[in-house]
Amino acid sequence: MSATSIEWQIATVKAIHNETNRVKTLTLQLPRWSLHQAGQHYDIRLTAEDGYQAQRSYSIASAPERSREIDLTVEKIDSGEVSPYLHDVLIPGDRIEVRGPIGGYFIWDGATNEPLLLIAGGSGIVPLMAMLRHRAARAIKPPARLLYSARSFEDIIYYDKLENLLKEKDGLKIYYTLTRTQPAAWKGYSRRIDRKMLNEVIQPLNRPFQVFICGPTLLVESAAEEMVGLGIPAKNIRTERFGPSNSIQGG
Amino acid sequence: MQESSVDRNDELMLDGNAMAGLLQEIFGTEMTAVPSRCAGCGNEAEVGSLLAFMQGPGYILRCSACKQIVLRIVETPDSYVIDARGASYLRLKRR
Repeated sequence: MSATSIEWQIATVKAIHNETNRVKTLTLQLPRWSLHQAGQHYDIRLTAEDGYQAQRSYSIASAPERSREIDLTVEKIDSGEVSPYLHDVLIPGDRIEVRGPIGGYFIWDGATNEPLLLIAGGSGIVPLMAMLRHRAARAIKPPARLLYSARSFEDIIYYDKLENLLKEKDGLKIYYTLTRTQPAAWKGYSRRIDRKMLNEVIQPLNRPFQVFICGPTLLVESAAEEMVGLGIPAKNIRTERFGPSNSIQGG
Repeated sequence: MQESSVDRNDELMLDGNAMAGLLQEIFGTEMTAVPSRCAGCGNEAEVGSLLAFMQGPGYILRCSACKQIVLRIVETPDSYVIDARGASYLRLKRR
């Protein structure tokens, strides 16, 4: 069970890792660490000298199997109030205020062996990465498919880490679609997620399966609608919307 | 830029997951997995799946089926004001 009270605590930044040009992963050490579930997030709160506070939620990227510390992956929103600070000012050794783990709806606890279909747009991959890492740490692994939509190859977050997960050959398959630019000889998809693509991705899965969709709101809306159109019961589809893909606020 | 057919408000829409921290602060327990029933159309859905609009001065959760407002929350300096007339129930697990 998740904790019922969520107190703010001061985390220490252990490491900062570049994932892409616009995305970094923060490894935070927590004095009051508690076990999370894959899909949950932490809130980060910044306080200015005059007392002004800004707060944002960031998904946990690391598996629950790691104790005492968490990875939060943060996309930089240039006009944002929090992510530019996390990207451009924060350095290892700094301390920041966080609370969590938070959320009980968009989570995969691995309790069933139903196959998993994960659909990500952009930084929507982050909570799904926690699910894939949690799955990789389990003894019995349900079949899993990841369909990941990014603008370009350079915008794919965790590419090497995802390729490493594939090397286990444990029933995971990954499909990429690059919606704006594709490298030469690109073998993946090169268009927005549509019904034909989803139908191809789900073919090898034995139904029933659980669907998790996370990313920009319009992508989530459209992918969820197509899944229902393909006959997947709505109760098997869980969604988390991150807002606009080119955020004018938030971040 | 966005295509003109896209409503900016639809794009800014989040869901109950984005309000998980605030709801937990108010209710003292995890709320996104809690079933709620829309007083308008009767649709039952977990709070995490409700549609969230958080750009205004208050926060609004709408039914994903009929779009009617289920919960409206306003933060004032000393209170949370919760208008829940759009929910016929919230079913919280006993602790």
